[in-house]
Amino acid sequence: MTTVLAVLRRILAIFALPVALFLIWWYASADSTNFLLPPLKRILAAFPDTWLWDRFNGDVVPSLVRLAEGYALALLVGVALGVAIGSSRWLRSLVEPVLEFLRAVPPVALVPILFLLAGLGSTTKILVIISGCIWPILLNTVEGVRGVDPVLADTCRSYRVGGLLWLRTFVLRSASPQIVTGARQSLSVGIILMVISELKASSEGLGYTIQQFQQGFAYPQMWTGVLLLGLIGVLLSLIFRIVEAQVLGWYHGLRATERASR
Amino acid sequence: MLKVRSLRKVYDGHGRQVEALRDITFSVGSGEFVSVVGPSGCGKTTLLRLLAGLITATSGEVSVEDRPVSGPPDGLALVFQEYGRSLFPWLRVSANVELPLKAKGLPRAERERLVRESLSAVGLADAATAYPWQLSGGMQQRVAIARAIAFQPRVLLMDEPFAAVDAQTRADLEDLVRTVWQRFGMTLLFVTHDIDESAYLGERVIILSSSPTTVMEDLAIDLPAQRDQLETRSDPRFVELRHHVYAQVQKAKQSGSGAASREPGPAASSVA
Repeated sequence: MTTVLAVLRRILAIFALPVALFLIWWYASADSTNFLLPPLKRILAAFPDTWLWDRFNGDVVPSLVRLAEGYALALLVGVALGVAIGSSRWLRSLVEPVLEFLRAVPPVALVPILFLLAGLGSTTKILVIISGCIWPILLNTVEGVRGVDPVLADTCRSYRVGGLLWLRTFVLRSASPQIVTGARQSLSVGIILMVISELKASSEGLGYTIQQFQQGFAYPQMWTGVLLLGLIGVLLSLIFRIVEAQVLGWYHGLRATERASR
Repeated sequence: MLKVRSLRKVYDGHGRQVEALRDITFSVGSGEFVSVVGPSGCGKTTLLRLLAGLITATSGEVSVEDRPVSGPPDGLALVFQEYGRSLFPWLRVSANVELPLKAKGLPRAERERLVRESLSAVGLADAATAYPWQLSGGMQQRVAIARAIAFQPRVLLMDEPFAAVDAQTRADLEDLVRTVWQRFGMTLLFVTHDIDESAYLGERVIILSSSPTTVMEDLAIDLPAQRDQLETRSDPRFVELRHHVYAQVQKAKQSGSGAASREPGPAASSVA
């Protein structure tokens, strides 16, 4: 009985606010005559025709593929550089000022330069995504690698755990809580940059399509795009949580036991 | 098997030199069980880290199986005091024990056999799939011991391994270490600050002076090989030996310069 109640309470906690916001939007906009803010009813009615399925395949999928490519590359390069910088004090003192400089440059400011350097194709859009996503991953990885437990490091040395095995089972796992933190920050940055990268010199994509609707005064359609972006954000963070539970199951368990014993 | 000659270690840091070890010479024969005891802060851990090849000496020599130690030597395993931090929290118990065997490049079947055997040797056959942090402190240290056994070392070093567990668990673990040593026959060097423990466990006790550290005495423990928490500890010879070690450590503390004033009393070192 209590478990049923607990489950109900959780479902309520998850859906209460979204449902409330939905209802507020629905009723507040019901009689709207402002064509910038059409009734939610009209927006929802426009959704299927707008996105299913030509635009989904022609615009949404390419956007998401670029996001996936850029995010994956940022992860790969960020973690690789982070491990290198984090494990060498010498390298760290050499590159740290430069990292701070580069991190402070907003990726958006780089967009025109990247277009000049890499042309108007997909590559540039992916580079824009990487240029923003890489920093949280890189900097958190550096911190994580710096913070490895010296006793575990000695354990590895005395049992001669080296090379790839050392990297995989010691360094990367030690740093994984911080890497995941960085990856989570990067994911939201990535979604934003996915849209921004399509606003200029583009002929397809989610951001491009939304901008087209806006410029063509198709406001209900524009709003469906905003809704779709939000839904993609929710879906991606859900996937992220599932992956995190797999990767960091040990960490959450460890933290819970530490809290319980205190 | 294990030879230490004129070993000296000076730490150099922040414009201040600390002489942790002044002049240490001793040797341990193949298959011997030797305890090392000394007042707190006398550099016991430094000594073990030198033997394990984790740090280098300022002068003097360490050799394991007649080969001078310059890095972690082959066939040597080390059990740390901080059991909680020497096990990988993201690996299950069996994977923790298996990791050094993977590094050795043993085939899977061999690794699985060694993991199974060593876990059952420490009475943890059922805990193979648990994470270390799901176990009690004593059980975690058993896992660390199982990992050392599975590695099949010819020399096993233990650095105050039971300093952080309660008295009852400690007695169990002491007997476990004796059993493991008798069964696997490795050379065992056991560092402790506990005087009773040093005499109860070792065939010999090396007593260190306080810092700057030298070997104060190398004492043979002529007790029967079969030790028992009740019998041995009430054996008049054990009591005699224990008194002797206790008196020596006290003397070391009083004659010690800086270390003696930093450490309070001997109360912390008596357990039983």
